[in-house]
Amino acid sequence: MKFSKDHEWLIVEGNVATIGITEHAQSQLGDVVFVELPKIGRKVSANESVAVVESVKAASEVYVPVSGEVVAVNDELTGDPALVNRSAESDGWFMKVKLANAGELDGLMDKAAYDKFVEG
Amino acid sequence: MSDEALKRTPLYEIHKALGAKLVPFAGYEMPVQYPTGILTEHKWTRESAGLFEVSHMGQCSIEGPDFETTARGLEMLVPADILSLQPGQQRYSQLLNVQGGISDDLMITRSNWEGLEGSLYVVVNASRKGFDFAHIEENLAPGLSLKRWDDLALMALQGPKAEEALTKLNPKIRNLQFMNSGRFKLDGVDAHVSRSGYTGEDGFEISVASAHAAQLWNKLLSDPLVKPIGLGARDSLRLEAGLCLYGHDIDRTTSPIEAGLNWSIAKRRRTEGGFLGAHRVQRELLGGVSRKRVGIKPEGRAPAREGTEILDESGRKIGIITSGGFGPSVNGPIAMGYVETAYAAAGTPVQLLVRGQPLPAQVSILPFIPNRFKR
Repeated sequence: MKFSKDHEWLIVEGNVATIGITEHAQSQLGDVVFVELPKIGRKVSANESVAVVESVKAASEVYVPVSGEVVAVNDELTGDPALVNRSAESDGWFMKVKLANAGELDGLMDKAAYDKFVEG
Repeated sequence: MSDEALKRTPLYEIHKALGAKLVPFAGYEMPVQYPTGILTEHKWTRESAGLFEVSHMGQCSIEGPDFETTARGLEMLVPADILSLQPGQQRYSQLLNVQGGISDDLMITRSNWEGLEGSLYVVVNASRKGFDFAHIEENLAPGLSLKRWDDLALMALQGPKAEEALTKLNPKIRNLQFMNSGRFKLDGVDAHVSRSGYTGEDGFEISVASAHAAQLWNKLLSDPLVKPIGLGARDSLRLEAGLCLYGHDIDRTTSPIEAGLNWSIAKRRRTEGGFLGAHRVQRELLGGVSRKRVGIKPEGRAPAREGTEILDESGRKIGIITSGGFGPSVNGPIAMGYVETAYAAAGTPVQLLVRGQPLPAQVSILPFIPNRFKR
């Protein structure tokens, strides 16, 4: 699992990355009440805002850490946005992106580096 | 304000120990939520009893030789009928500026404390208290004075079981009527208690000496009916109840008539005037307003936040959202804002421009959930 400075996580299988927000991010957001996901087939660039997650208090952007094409989104989040709180780094995934440039993965953090980053 | 050190309320250490997330609010470090989160806190308040610390709010009294003199003095600054208040009775009003805009909203109580019969007890918003106290002081008639109560803490106990919980500390609480107040001993602590709040539920607002705040807070929290509630749920509760938040739903540019607060202006005051801003209030009461505060119910699941443009069905801008979010008891997005008067009727279809997308919504009656005050 790799992590971005914008608090997304990513797991790569073959050339497809599954992307969500981190446990730390969900705990900071609080109760998630709405998630807006990108359309399947959308071409995205690294660090582009492609989804929105809203808590009771506020709306936050979700940035995609890699470039490519959205090939799947987690429709379960539409009916059950609180899944992001219950399972941020597993069942609460947001989208799958087919990688355009696997080299972008090198700029991301591993778990130890991300934990350190969060501690500040 | 940003370069000043944040102030702390008397219960700051207790909030920290309870695991609250503390955020800057109106110059204070305040609990926005406790570990269970806003949704749980909100629902608990609607089902049982929630305890809020609101000591950041401004408490003061206006003192004069007798009630009538003091009441007439304050009536120069607010459009409410203060003269008709009975001892202990409380009323909601607004401080208006000379243009009839709202400088703040506030609660005014006629004292029924022995020796303080000429006093009005006033609670104003934290973000406005500096302005308000100076404004009131400058405009008081000779013989009247303003006394700040900076050494008092303030907490609110809200919800359908608030009466049951507070009655355990003093059975006389049961007889206190909505929008009335009195002096009560609570767990041995001398307290000023009013039956009022900011959630749409039955409940109490309790003012005690800061030194006794922790004792009373902990006593109330030891009751399994009562849980601590942060400012996050306070905001979602008041939004569902259709209550205005100063600086968002009302401000210096909005009048009480545009804001739909006509109910808070008694007939005598409408006729007689004689308060700052009366010209605009009287003109708008007779001639109507060009915009009105309304409830807005988005049809989908996406919340529309403050600042969202409201469009008519053709896409023309007709207003703006001033408070918007998610209503946990409504279980959906809710908002309020101002629209051109022609669009203010409940049921009127509108659109909300959320992230560039027009989303369908309807003008809705306020409150979004029925008030459950004990009348």
